[in-house]
Amino acid sequence: MKRFWGFVVKEFLHIFRDYRTLLILFGMPAVQLILFGFVITNEIKDARFAVLDLSKDETTRQITEKITSSGYFRLDRNLNTYHEIEAAFREGDIRLVVVFEPDFARRLEKERAAHVQLIGDASDPNTANILVNYATGILNNYLLSLNAEAIPLQIIPEARMMYNQELKGVFMFVPGLMAMLLMLISALMTSLSITREKELGTMELLLASPLRPMQIVVGKVFPYVFLAFINACIIILLGWAVFGVPVRGSIALLLFESFLFISMALSLGILISCITNSQQLAMMISLVALMLPTILLSGFIFPVENMPVILQWLCHIMPPMYFITVIKSIMLKGNGLFFIWKETLILIGFTLFFILLSVKKFKIRLA
Amino acid sequence: MITNIIIVKDLVKKFGSFVANDHLTFEVRKGEIFGFLGANGAGKTTAIRILCGLSFPTSGELSVAGYNVYTQREKIKQNIGYMSQKFSLYDDLTIFENIRFYAAIYGLSRKDIDNRAEILMKKLNLEDARNKLIRDIPLGWKQKLAFSVAIIHDPKIVFLDEPTGGVDPITRRQFWDMIYEAARNGITVFVTTHYMDEAEYCDRVSIMVDGRIAALDTPVALREKYQARNMNEVFLKLARAQTKEVA
Repeated sequence: MKRFWGFVVKEFLHIFRDYRTLLILFGMPAVQLILFGFVITNEIKDARFAVLDLSKDETTRQITEKITSSGYFRLDRNLNTYHEIEAAFREGDIRLVVVFEPDFARRLEKERAAHVQLIGDASDPNTANILVNYATGILNNYLLSLNAEAIPLQIIPEARMMYNQELKGVFMFVPGLMAMLLMLISALMTSLSITREKELGTMELLLASPLRPMQIVVGKVFPYVFLAFINACIIILLGWAVFGVPVRGSIALLLFESFLFISMALSLGILISCITNSQQLAMMISLVALMLPTILLSGFIFPVENMPVILQWLCHIMPPMYFITVIKSIMLKGNGLFFIWKETLILIGFTLFFILLSVKKFKIRLA
Repeated sequence: MITNIIIVKDLVKKFGSFVANDHLTFEVRKGEIFGFLGANGAGKTTAIRILCGLSFPTSGELSVAGYNVYTQREKIKQNIGYMSQKFSLYDDLTIFENIRFYAAIYGLSRKDIDNRAEILMKKLNLEDARNKLIRDIPLGWKQKLAFSVAIIHDPKIVFLDEPTGGVDPITRRQFWDMIYEAARNGITVFVTTHYMDEAEYCDRVSIMVDGRIAALDTPVALREKYQARNMNEVFLKLARAQTKEVA
């Protein structure tokens, strides 16, 4: 045990002496959170739009005014012919064009239907979708106000967004960011610190010493459990203090699940360092094989349900997806273990699997 | 009375179909400086790794410091010191921290660690530099410090795997003075090198060629036997004989 602590002390010295890496490790959650929280946002304000009004009557004027006064749109220009639409988009500022057919008001009156065309700039598909939806909503509202008395029966859906009423992007990013940073610190840093000893040749010395291989591995991992844990707390605190992301469920459960995920990532890091001999390779593997799936295939940025089936399968064999589901469930919905036992079991399974695999690999390398 | 502290009988180590150690048989006597010579790739490092418990032999009977290599590796590790070709000190730790670390993983008590660290630093004239990072001290110092650290726990045997690579002649000479001192204090020294002048400093040397021990005796006896002026000639004659045999 004395030997083991001697080893752990040395590991902490390595970490604290490398203050640049330390700074990055602890600065990163703050910077990432603030970047994701403030910069990447799906809310739209003052999108420029143009109107091609072939009718030019009272109704189309009112509708245009409604759109303009909604706060989402700003009228940029009036167009006169269809040809101008393309030109307007090409110039780049216009996100949406609203086209009213000729005789709009009269048709609405006589035929009880008139056509309006909403053309979005789908070179940015998400924004185009949102804008078209907003505009449709405004049109429907206007229609309702016109026919308030004419149609006696109507269904007015009133959508309410549970758990994240204001549809804040940060609520999504905090769990994703936790998964990403815990993965980064745990897997990348341990694999680097073990391969570094291999590169320096000091691993030989450690193995020739009375330290047991298990003590070496655990000693290597030990400091990073700490660092990763502190980082998880920083992210939760920052999310809560700066963006008001709540922790509605049990904090103990949240920390337990984080601990589970950290262990999983650490054993992955050991596994990586068992199959590589250079820091560079370990870094490449960690970044490509771990970071990319954590960001892309976990539901962090892109919803899993919208992916092609093959990619969905891929998501299901990656641990981060389960972790993100679990965290969201605890933080935003306030769920207890009862609701997330399945994901928890899967995470435990992954952890055991990687630990066994890496211990086996480590032994093989010794012989 | 002469006691053998390392006994190797018919050691074979294969990597696939490649035979790195081909039936090595030799003994190392307690307290001697045993030179383990050979060209690069002759199988020196493979043998030394097996003796240190870093890898298992394919077959053969081996005992190190009285313990069995197959079954008592932990006991062996406690009783040996090891210094590898590459530097064994941590660049980002200070001199004192490095000493403390190695002493700790060999299980020395806190008091012992402090005592021995003081003595060691005094001996190497490093007292003023105890808080300097290893990366800031000259190569020669590092080498001497690495050796002192490898024997800080008073091992019975110390294995040195090409300890003087890339060091200037004066430091090499000083390094060998330290090896003599360790031997005087009863530590058996097992050293590999490919500097043939260093072979003259050893009590006995074995010369490996292509995985086998081609010769084993005192430097004087070897020079006489092969009618050579120095160890370099002995080595060349042996290596050429081997090549002829193959051809």
